[in-house]
Amino acid sequence: MAARIQLPGRARRGEVIRVGILIQHPMETGYRLEVDGRKVPKNVIRSFACRYNGVEVFRAEMSPGIAANPFLQFHTVALDSGELEFSWVDDAGQPGSAREAIEVI
Amino acid sequence: MRRRSFLVVLLGLAFGARADPLLDPITKGAPVRQGRVKLDMPLLADNGNSVSMSVSVESPMTEADHVRAIHLISERNPEARMASFHLGPRAGAAEITSRVRLAGSQRVVALAEMSDGSFWMGSANVVVTLSACVDELGS
Repeated sequence: MAARIQLPGRARRGEVIRVGILIQHPMETGYRLEVDGRKVPKNVIRSFACRYNGVEVFRAEMSPGIAANPFLQFHTVALDSGELEFSWVDDAGQPGSAREAIEVI
Repeated sequence: MRRRSFLVVLLGLAFGARADPLLDPITKGAPVRQGRVKLDMPLLADNGNSVSMSVSVESPMTEADHVRAIHLISERNPEARMASFHLGPRAGAAEITSRVRLAGSQRVVALAEMSDGSFWMGSANVVVTLSACVDELGS
């Protein structure tokens, strides 16, 4: 599962920064049918978390009510240089993760 | 006994507490106040499969006073609880943007849970021209 991250590479200490992530995932609702009439099983990213240098700063629980290729934008305070780590898991148990460095001046 | 339950209902009405089957699982019956929450969604969405959604809550986001969670609730989707976002003082700002699926025109509610345990809500009415597909198995 590929993901694209929006994060300022550099921020001032104490600045509130905007964090965006776009994850490639179908977010299957469980209501769609295959050509042969079989139900496509429900498979959505249920949980998503963002850790800043190991500390959780944002967490989301999602449902089929979130559009395919989920896009999430939230905020966090730039405290220290380091890394933001994103992790998620879907109904099929498939985990995904991504990370991005940030420099705090 | 019946008179007492009647009084309880009357008191509840007086304080604006209504039993809401959509909100109760989250609030556990706690009163929900209007305000502080701004839910931004388009008035008209051509396609219910992807509707932009932006929610912001007025809060200083300090250790003592912050938003603990924001819940998105749909009146018409098969799964009423669309998403729950958990945040804290480290967020700096209680503002979240995403894209949602809507199974038809409806009112969407954003419910904010504060660090003092109080609940605030805001809502948006969206007219959806083409719903997210949930009908195939519905009939």
